[in-house]
Amino acid sequence: MSTTQKIYFYPVWLRIWHGLNAIGILTLIFTGLSMQSSVESSHVLGFKTIVNLHNIAGILVTLSYFVYFVGNLVTPNGKFYIVKPKGFLKRPILQATYYAWGMFHGMKAPYPISEKRKFNPLQKYAYILVMYLAVPIVIISGIGLLFPEIIIDQVYTFSGVFVTAVFHSTMGFFISIFLVVHLYIASIGKSPIENFKSIITGWHEVH
Amino acid sequence: MNNRFIRLISILVLGAFLHTNAQSYQNAQHHQCLKCHSNQTYSFFNSVKGKEEKRLMNPYFILDTVAIRAGVHKQFDCTDCHSSEYGTYPHQSNLKLEPLSTCLDCHGGDVSFASYHFERIDEEFRKSIHYQKSGENFNCSKCHSQHTYVATARTSNNVLEIVDYSNKMCLSCHNDMKRYKMVSGHENPKLVQVHDWLPNQELHFKNVRCIECHTEVLDSLKVSHNILPKTAALRKCVECHSANSRLKASLYKYQNLQKRSEDGSIKMVLANESYVIGSHQIPHLKVASILIFILTMVGIIIHSSFRIFKKK
Repeated sequence: MSTTQKIYFYPVWLRIWHGLNAIGILTLIFTGLSMQSSVESSHVLGFKTIVNLHNIAGILVTLSYFVYFVGNLVTPNGKFYIVKPKGFLKRPILQATYYAWGMFHGMKAPYPISEKRKFNPLQKYAYILVMYLAVPIVIISGIGLLFPEIIIDQVYTFSGVFVTAVFHSTMGFFISIFLVVHLYIASIGKSPIENFKSIITGWHEVH
Repeated sequence: MNNRFIRLISILVLGAFLHTNAQSYQNAQHHQCLKCHSNQTYSFFNSVKGKEEKRLMNPYFILDTVAIRAGVHKQFDCTDCHSSEYGTYPHQSNLKLEPLSTCLDCHGGDVSFASYHFERIDEEFRKSIHYQKSGENFNCSKCHSQHTYVATARTSNNVLEIVDYSNKMCLSCHNDMKRYKMVSGHENPKLVQVHDWLPNQELHFKNVRCIECHTEVLDSLKVSHNILPKTAALRKCVECHSANSRLKASLYKYQNLQKRSEDGSIKMVLANESYVIGSHQIPHLKVASILIFILTMVGIIIHSSFRIFKKK
């Protein structure tokens, strides 16, 4: 216990981005699911309100994505996302084994976080996929659906709007699944709320 | 022999006469009626003042000669429907009071028009909000101008053209204060505001007909003609935006469009069974997404039970 050390992991800009993104994404998931089942589903809020909320939240997430993107370019935070080719698959598999089996059998965390390593390998891969693949696709396809006239009319025999809508909601679905897993794994720590405290205060305790 | 000869001559003369009529539509200036009724002005001899006078033509009495030549009644002459006494000029004022033939006067019970089901249309029309509100004052010609009507939905293979033609019939009153007020007695509702709830309003207006949502869909008629009151209008996106789209039974019911769907040009709309709103419109993706979600939740429940059990 005496080895407990506090690291200032989450600078203010990052916490602001994370907060805005959380509010935005939660709104998008709620309104997105509601729209998926169309007008009839919206007993709480009208369809039009749901659509407006979805558009506003989409713009909010797009803007906050730029904060994230630029922030990772100009601050040292970006280096935590760099993947080393060595142990490209071995490292995340080891981490997954730890979560599935090791942590219940006295195994020590294989990649404990430190000032040099903010994310374990599995976490890093998931964040890269979500933040540099899924979110940009959702943003671009979302802009397309907001201005349907810019979408190409036809992709082979399919309507361009249809293809865009399917891409948009499929990626949105994967982001939702990521969110569920993200929240759950965040509860793995010394105590279940430890990590949630950190993302609010910025300080992370390393044991 | 002599009789047959006379009959043949009369047919030829009649044919030539009909031919001249058609010709005269070609050149409005040579048509006895259109030489005035295609112009902005007309002249007449004012016998009271004893001089020739020029006046502006009532804009509602100016006819579009190009549209007439394309219309379904192009082979008829004006006095086939209007009184032959219109041949005298200036016209007698009481001619306006004469009742005109209605569509059913000619088309009712006509076997050559059986496929149009004019009687059934009349039946449906009598249930419509148009008839309920205005009664006999609302007749076919309010929407289908006898002078220029073209059965676009049956002949065109361009969906956008069909939609545009159909919507213009509605808009000719619903987007025209004077015409709307003449029939209803009050001002027309502002269409853009009324349809404010509809996402991508402009795209909808361009790609589907008003009647898609504002009439009952019937299997027995192409268009039911029972225009519903606005409270009964459709407001459910999934009615069209789903695998079993309502549009298949309405807009895409026309044979001319069905043929196109076979050769692939409409496939972009219908081949994928639906065209909006998201992945749930593809049944496999819907099932996959539900499965993935359930598996994720089961994984989390199992993992967290272990954590509670092992106190981790």
